[in-house]
Amino acid sequence: MLKYLFAKEKDIPGGTAAMFFGFSCIMWFIIGTGIGSFNAAKLAFPDWFTHLYALQFGHMRQVHVHAVIFGWIVGAFAASALYIVPALGNTKLWSEKLGVWNALLWNLGLMLGLSTLWFGMTSGREYSDFIWPIDLYIAFFMVIPLFVNIFMSILHRRTQGIYTTNWFFAGSFFMLIIVFLIGNLPEFFHLTGLNEAYMTWWFAHNVLGLLITPVAAAITYYIVPKVTGNPLYSHRVGHLHFWSIVVFYSTPAAHHLMSSPLPEWLKSFASVEGVLILVPAVAYVCNILLTMQGRWSMFVENVEIKYTITGVLLAIPLNMQGGFQQTRAINWYVHGTGWIVAHAHLALLGFSTFAEAAAVYYGMQTILRRKLYSLSLANFHFWMLLIGFSLYWVSMTIAGLIQGAAKIYEVPYLDVVIAEHPYMIVRWIGGTMVFLGNFVWLYNMYMTAKVGEKLEDGVLPHEVAYVR
Amino acid sequence: MGFREYRIGSIMFGVALSASMVITIYMPGLDISSVSSTETALEKQLTYGNNSGFDYGDMFLHGDDKPIKVILKKNPKTGAEMDEMAAYVFEPGTSFPSGLKHDNILGEDVQALSVDVGKMKDANVKDGGVFVVSTSVNAKGVETPYIEFATTTRGWTIAATLAAADQTILAGSGKTMFVREGCWWCHTLLPEQTQDWQSFGRPPVLGDFNGESPTTFGSDRKAPDLLHVGSRNSSREWQMMHFFNPRLVQPYSIMPRYDYLWGPKDAAGNDIDLNKWDEEFEAYRVGDRVYPPDVPEYAADSEIRYLIDFVLNLK
Repeated sequence: MLKYLFAKEKDIPGGTAAMFFGFSCIMWFIIGTGIGSFNAAKLAFPDWFTHLYALQFGHMRQVHVHAVIFGWIVGAFAASALYIVPALGNTKLWSEKLGVWNALLWNLGLMLGLSTLWFGMTSGREYSDFIWPIDLYIAFFMVIPLFVNIFMSILHRRTQGIYTTNWFFAGSFFMLIIVFLIGNLPEFFHLTGLNEAYMTWWFAHNVLGLLITPVAAAITYYIVPKVTGNPLYSHRVGHLHFWSIVVFYSTPAAHHLMSSPLPEWLKSFASVEGVLILVPAVAYVCNILLTMQGRWSMFVENVEIKYTITGVLLAIPLNMQGGFQQTRAINWYVHGTGWIVAHAHLALLGFSTFAEAAAVYYGMQTILRRKLYSLSLANFHFWMLLIGFSLYWVSMTIAGLIQGAAKIYEVPYLDVVIAEHPYMIVRWIGGTMVFLGNFVWLYNMYMTAKVGEKLEDGVLPHEVAYVR
Repeated sequence: MGFREYRIGSIMFGVALSASMVITIYMPGLDISSVSSTETALEKQLTYGNNSGFDYGDMFLHGDDKPIKVILKKNPKTGAEMDEMAAYVFEPGTSFPSGLKHDNILGEDVQALSVDVGKMKDANVKDGGVFVVSTSVNAKGVETPYIEFATTTRGWTIAATLAAADQTILAGSGKTMFVREGCWWCHTLLPEQTQDWQSFGRPPVLGDFNGESPTTFGSDRKAPDLLHVGSRNSSREWQMMHFFNPRLVQPYSIMPRYDYLWGPKDAAGNDIDLNKWDEEFEAYRVGDRVYPPDVPEYAADSEIRYLIDFVLNLK
């Protein structure tokens, strides 16, 4: 792929940028989950592996978070967007060359950013941990070029309307730029105190709510109709989803700080808006599940649908938790416990990872024009991911409820640590399963590119999935 | 094809997003910015200096460019005995916290008192100086804290103040360690409502944060809250053992070891051999030794000293 960096635009085959992003994001997924698994081991066995101080938990924790968010999740978004947007516009990507450069700068920036974090250079603000020079790099060399490419491809489309998926891509990556630049204002201009604390969570909330949730949903809006052959159940409901995301999901940032001394009106407002995110959530889940009408057998038989629909089903507990855990009474119980950690993994490792994995599986076969090397390995990867995630989620939820109860009943903290120990081990096992499953995925994708059976012209990968 | 059939949608999108940002950024910003500093906020600014995260003055988070908190029992100028009080020494070139640099941080009354009575504006970064936090009581009995530039008002020079110091607390550098080592991934600095008041102390109030950056509330409580830890446990020796290997004092703790913050040499200038210590500790753990190995005394300029100073200073 690197040979295309200096090639002429017309000499670069379509899909090159998406492939670059696709393979990079799988690599980052392995790195990110590997670090996650390592961190989880440290929480279960703190005296294990203590001599490499570079691998200290307090440094590695944020490296895990940013490797999976920017490397895997947003990287997979980029890979998906760069092939889905042209496909839906019946056109070519606006600039493959920009896309290839974008992917290269993405990986370099992430390596640089994660190294500085690893080294201890941090802004000390959760989710915007990167120091501000790296923030500027991310905004101008990673996010803006990606948005420009997507937006210009949509402008140069050769279809009359714009399909739901592309509203979300255009809207979300635009909002990402705004959120990124405004959310990091405290670092650029040294804002302090509660303003800084609140803006930190304004950023953290909106980067999830305006980027990760809607783009993951946008991907499923493409994959499900495409692979099943059913049209989207309702464009009207899609509209409701889109607009309620913009209106409701962009406002409840303060619900992350319910126990802090922020103005009370702000916390109440955020809490009400937080419940209202059930509007886009319910609209979305219903829309996708109803699109599946008459094709539910594909949930079992087709690997892309299996991933996508699992993700959509995981969005149900995700949004039910998300809508209600931030109300004052429930937040009082679960705030700062493992419950929240479980919820964050349900959003990122459950819902969005499954949706993206489907898009990357499907996209790579389409771009390479090759059949998946091994369906069995893909299924194996699916079960490693699902079982690993479920172990993680269930164990952390239980641990969180223990912590919550101990908080309310004033149990001495060390007793909580002792009670949590078995769940910390289960969480580590679950995370490790996800990590190991990803190697299988990388191998499967590599072999697909090398020796996967060639697709005939006019045929899409899911149409020949079971033809041997 | 452009966006021609989506014009109304694009405009609505802009309106919706802008309205959302007005409500969630501009309005809270106005509210929060109008809050007056409490005494805690003034003390924190003078203790932690400009910024505890990445900053020009301390790019690699070594704890540089930070003020020195000293506890005084005698007047640095006259040498006379006085009530114990804290003073904050900014050596020449040490960056000032936001409240000393900008007029809109401290809150109206605090700002006015600090300028008029405290002579705060006489201070400059180039020369540094000594600050204290004072309180003014008005005719109605309302107390207002303010920053006093003691170098002007009381004639306390940097050298005299450091020489007169009963204790030197490097909590500013320590907060940098707290940020860099990721202590705040597990320990919050934000006791929650109701029950927490009893075990972890009173939660912070609205004006406690003016000028602090970053606030490092923490979001995940894998460990006890630390906001008032210095009041609960003020033993430096316990902290030292606990940081070196938490399992020395809390057998079931999952906290990482921070033995590497001791640096290469101990207080007496001898090399610290962590591998040997580990072997001896392992022997103790399996029962071959009766006592665990001793924790080395840390050097006065070691990073662990900064961190322990910070933790014990959290009253």
